[in-house]
Formats: sequence, structure tokens, C-alpha cells
Amino acid sequence: MSEKVKVTIDGITVEVDNGTTILNAARQIGGDIVPPAMCYYSKLEGSGGKCRTCIVKVTKGSEKDPRPMPKLVASCRTTVMDGMEVLNITSPEVLEARAGVVEILLINHPLDCPVCDQAGECDLQNLGYEHGLQKTRYEFERRTFERIDIGDKIQLHMNRCILCYRCVFTADQITNKRVHGILNRGDHSEISTYIQQAVDNDFSGNVIDVCPVGALTDKTFRFKNRVWFTKPVDAHRDCGHDKCNGKVTLWYKGEDVLRVTARKDQFGEVEEFICNTCRFDKKATSDWVIEHPTHIDDTSVIASNHYETLKPLHVIQPNQALQAANEVELHKTVKY
Amino acid sequence: MSRKLLLEHINVPGINTLEVYRQKGGYRAVEKALKTLTPEEIVEEVKKSGLRGRGGAGFPTGMKWSFLAKPEGVARYLVCNADESEPGTFKDRYLMTYIPHALIEGMIVASFALGAKVSYIYVRGEMMPQIRILEKAIAEAKAAGWLGKNILGTGYDLELYVQPGGGAYICGEETALLESLEGKRGNPRIKPPFPAIAGLYGCPTVVNNVESIAAVVPIINDGGEEYAKIGIGRSTGTKLISASGNLVKPGVYEIELGLPVEEFIYSDEYCGGIANGKRLKATVAGGSSVPILPANLTLKYANGEPRLMSYESLSEGGFATGTMMGSGGFIAFDEDQCIVRNTWNFARFYHHESCGQCSPCREGTGWMEKVLHKIEHGHGTISDVDLLWDIQRKIEGNTICPLGDAAAWPVASAIRHFRDEFEWHIKEPIKSQTQNYGIANYAVPIEKAPVTEEK
Repeated sequence: MSEKVKVTIDGITVEVDNGTTILNAARQIGGDIVPPAMCYYSKLEGSGGKCRTCIVKVTKGSEKDPRPMPKLVASCRTTVMDGMEVLNITSPEVLEARAGVVEILLINHPLDCPVCDQAGECDLQNLGYEHGLQKTRYEFERRTFERIDIGDKIQLHMNRCILCYRCVFTADQITNKRVHGILNRGDHSEISTYIQQAVDNDFSGNVIDVCPVGALTDKTFRFKNRVWFTKPVDAHRDCGHDKCNGKVTLWYKGEDVLRVTARKDQFGEVEEFICNTCRFDKKATSDWVIEHPTHIDDTSVIASNHYETLKPLHVIQPNQALQAANEVELHKTVKY
Repeated sequence: MSRKLLLEHINVPGINTLEVYRQKGGYRAVEKALKTLTPEEIVEEVKKSGLRGRGGAGFPTGMKWSFLAKPEGVARYLVCNADESEPGTFKDRYLMTYIPHALIEGMIVASFALGAKVSYIYVRGEMMPQIRILEKAIAEAKAAGWLGKNILGTGYDLELYVQPGGGAYICGEETALLESLEGKRGNPRIKPPFPAIAGLYGCPTVVNNVESIAAVVPIINDGGEEYAKIGIGRSTGTKLISASGNLVKPGVYEIELGLPVEEFIYSDEYCGGIANGKRLKATVAGGSSVPILPANLTLKYANGEPRLMSYESLSEGGFATGTMMGSGGFIAFDEDQCIVRNTWNFARFYHHESCGQCSPCREGTGWMEKVLHKIEHGHGTISDVDLLWDIQRKIEGNTICPLGDAAAWPVASAIRHFRDEFEWHIKEPIKSQTQNYGIANYAVPIEKAPVTEEK
């Protein structure tokens, strides 16, 4: 099964292992053609296919069967075939459908980014900027839920949830005892723990990291600071837990560690899950061995304050006037 | 009088008991299949018959069976989908209530053909009486040796179980049904893998509608070729139609496919016309999820030729001027029915039944329902119609399972054909609360004319 297959995404051909999904093939190419993914998480088995933001158009099924697929497909759950041709950002149909999905994801979202701890590192926020409309066409009352505390360290703010099921898969696969799932049906469905019982597990904190929006937040970090004012630093410690290797990102404000998260890769997925002791209890610099400043992707607002080179943002790129206005900023090579 | 295959003995007293059913030639198909045919021959016979799935999609049953993976040492399952809950469809309930043994007989033959040792009938939770009837019938059949170990001394074992569902429409989607049968939340699975490869408990599984399975019985009795002679073109055999709405004689009818729609509605053998001497305004030809059509397009194609009750003929003209066979839930609306209200009602149903797994369906169905509610109650604005059109377009085709499409089609077709009525509701908000728009030009007969491209 280790044979390679060729797939062309937006005109770029790449050779990938048989059985790779279109999304992962696109990630191997990288750049703008990677479809956004709100629910797919490579580390969680069975995730994906739900949010529909990663939909792409398959214009040629494979070398053997060149028929196009009749509908847009979820790239995170469709495996590549040899000779497959896929359109993502070069297809107006895909972009329109994706904008539709984003609009639909936002109609019941409270849009309380100004008071949301996730703002600045929120996948939905990024997606909204890229594809969203200027104003909503939804004129009805948005659905609301009560906030629920899942244990003393995690808060569930169901209003913001987009039901990606990532935390359900995390609770299923990372923790031993499943006490976390979905209640009700349709747009009333809500994430819940079994009769509001705490998720009592050493790894429960990871549901915060996998959440693409601000539905699951760290109570120890709640309202402490905006993420773009904090400085992320990679660090590690010798964690006694046999499943946790203690490699984390510390988020500093001045001298204080405001929060600890797992390290995230360029697609916003955690590299390795960390235990609750590392996450919630070790918040002194003396607990950690500091490695280096975290690499922050330049599309993130966190990057606009510090670190590394600054590429022009998407809005600036095509606009000469904006480029001229920001010339000084753009030509700085290092920004601290 | 057309031929009846499934409902031939429906009026015989006591046909729900094994004894009377046997007297009327019941379980002949089991004897024939188990003693004289091999599983491959049965599949071949069903293929020859051209039987198409009666649950809605119309996929050829024989083809579906032949796709079933047959790895060594892995159990295979047959699951009967009796989770019939589409508004306007009640044929399976009728069949299970009055001739439960027809389904059981079909299950035995089909299970033998597929090599299943355990089969399930997944019945909708609200149909408790039917569940009891089936359980009683299964007990009878088992006592008489038609089920259990070593059926008829052929060495074939089959256990048949009835499983009540929790009453969710979404569990009629085959993968959601399998999830539910496994005891999980009834969310549709993301395909592939298809159930034919990995279905129930990860084993190859075939999911068939009640009527498809019952139709296997006459196919085996008379032979596939004989069955294929009934019907028209690729729509072979007979089909149960659940007729409801403003008809003189609503009910379940068995028709030969290819019957003209006009005859079905107006002849005394079937529905007997529109009740109270009114005129037909619109129909939904195959259960709530198929596009609604105005009366003139129901009876005739856009080019003026008569429309027939068959898979191809009903979908003639595509979505622009056609509809679909669906599950055969035929709903007729007379001139006093409000299409906006009906569309809202359907949207409300799909909003309530959306499983909430994928975003377009979860959020979009609720949005459509709210906009339609607004229009129906006289608070709409003219841009709402375009908004609705836009929402349905964003749902259709972008969801995991067909429920999203099923929610989008009725809204799309109502706007396509009845836009005047929507606009009247918006322009006359007060009048629309007390009066109906009436029949307008929806029943103006289509003259036979050269085909013109309809937009």
C-alpha cells in the first residue's frame, strides 16, 4: 500500500502516499491552497467531514475513471486517487460554497470576539475575515445556552460552539472514560458532560487546545489578557506523567506566565497532548526550561506585534496604496 | 384492474396470521429459494427483475446486493429499513400492519441470498403496534420452522430481530440507522466506506426498504423476467403509493409503474379525484422531500405530453419542471391550500429532524424555517424570497447525508413554481392572514407545443 499516487490541486502536482486525504495532500503542498479545516484534526481518529469548510471540487476522479465527482466533497475525508485533479481556490464555485458555509456557521455565533479569550487565535475568526460577509443577513434571535463549568479549570461556553466534535473525539480517545458527548438534535444540540459531571482525567485540558473557537476556555487564563499582547515561548520540563513529555508553549506577559498550552504546528493542531499538571499547575518560570520564542505564523494577529519578518497581510497584498503606506513596517526584517 | 403483487390478499380476513398466509401461497418463495436456488441465482433473479429501491433513491436492488463485500470469516448482515417517517409516506406501515409475513418471507429469501445469519428489522419507534405485530409474526414463523436453526432441513440458519428506533427521521438514512442499531447516537456516517463494505459493526451490510424486501417474494415466485414485464422502461414492477391530501379516496394503492398521473388522481380505481369538487392546485409526488409541482406540470411535461407514475417520467425535466418518485408519498393540494404555509411546515419538519452534525444543515434548516415563518405570518420583505433561494442553494449538496438536499428541494421548488404566491404573501400581509392566494394559473393546462427552454 505504500505506492505513491499523483494528485493535482489547483494546478500544482504532488506525489503522496496512497490513502492520503485531499486535505493532507494540500498540506504537503502548503501555502494558500490548503483548505481551511474547522473540525478535522489529524491527531483525532474519525474527526472531520462535519463543518464543510474544507469542501473542494474534484474535476477528475482519477486516471482510471476521469469522471468528475458530482458534488463538492469534504477534502478532509476524501482520499486521493492516482491522477485526481482538484480545484480549491481556483474554483469560484468552491469559494462561493465556502463563503456560504462560513455565513451559516456565523448565524448563531454570538460574535462576542471583543470579550472572548479565543480572539486572536480563533479559527472561526480567521475564516470570517477571509470569506465572511460584511454583515449578516440573519435577523432572528441567536440561540443561547447557559455557561457550564466542566471541572474547576475548564469552562464550556456553548453559545460559541460550532459543533465540530473535536472535543468529543478527544474525550473519547485521549481520556480513558468517556463522560463527554452531544445532547439533543439539530441546532439545539449541545456539548455536554454526563449529567454535568466533570471530565475527571489527567488529559482533559486538551479539549481547550483542540477547540477551534472560544467554546472551551481555560479558566485559569480567563479574562487575564488578549493573546496578541502575550509573548509565546517554547519550553519544556521533565513531566513525571508517562504519556506527557512536557513540551509546551508558555504565554508570557511581562514576567508572568499567564497560561500554558500545547505546542501547535502551522495548521493550528497541537503537536503533542500535554497533561493537566503541566497546563494548569506549573505557572512559574522556574518550573520550565526555556527554549526559544515560538514561531508564529504571520497570518495570525499574534504575529502582528512581535517576532520575525512580517509579510504583507492579505488585504495589503493587492493594494498598492496600502503597501506604500505600510512601507516602513514591511521592510523591517525583525520585529520585536 | 391492474395487477397486484404485494397487496393481492390484503382483504383476506386473518392474512396477518401464518395459517391464512400459507393458504394463500405464502412462504412458497422461501421453499423455492432455499431448496432449488443458490444465493447467486437469487441475486441474479433480482437483477433481472430490475427492481429499484423503494425507499426513495431508486437504486437498483440487485446491483446493491452484488456490491456486498464477501470477505472470508466475516459476518454479513441484512437490515430492513422500516424507519418510515417521511411526511406523506405510510406504505410500509400499512404493509407491516396487514401482511407482516410478506416482509418476513422477503427477509428470509434476501438474507439467504446475501448469506446473512442474523438480520434486523429496524422499525421506527412510534410504530409500536407494528413492532408487536412483527414480533408476533416472527414467533409464529419460528415455531413453524421458517426461522431459526436449519430452516427446512437445508442447513441454513437465520435469526430475525425487530429493533425499535428512537423515533428520529434521520435514522432512516442508512448509515444513521446502522449507528442507531449499534446503540449509538443516530448520526449519519461519512461515506466512504459504504455499508456494503463496512456497515453494521464494521461488517458488510445491505440496508433495504420494507417494500423492496417484500417485492423479492413475487420476484422469486414468478421469476425476475416475469416481474420485469410489469412497468415501463427501467421502472419495473409495482409500487405502493401512499396517497394523501385533498383526495376523495386517500390511502395506500399498489400501482403498476407507468400509470398516467392523471388516471391515478382522477380514476375511481385509485384516488377518485379531488375532494369536494375542487380543483387540483399542486402535488408533492414522492413524499415531502421531493420538489413540489403545480397541477399543470404534475399532469403533463413542459412539452405537453402526459406524465406517468414512474421513476423516469416523474423526474422528466429535471428540477426545472420535474420532480421525483421518492418513497411514493403522493400529496395532493386543492385550490384552497396555501403553498407558503405548506413549505413552512415542511421546513419546520426538517429543522426539527436535522441531526446537527454538519453545519449547513444544522444552521440552514433553522434559518429557512424562521424566514418562512416570517413570510407566512405576514412579516416578510421582498428580499426574503431571494434570501431563501440563496440559503437553500448553500445547503443543497454541501451536507453529509441527503437530509440537507431533502430540506432544500421543497423550498427551492416552491419558490421556483409559486413565486407569485410568496410575493403576494409579502405584498398583502393582512389579506394573506385571512385568505388564500387561490389556484391562480397553476392549473392552466399545458398545450402540446414544441419544446421551449424553461428557465
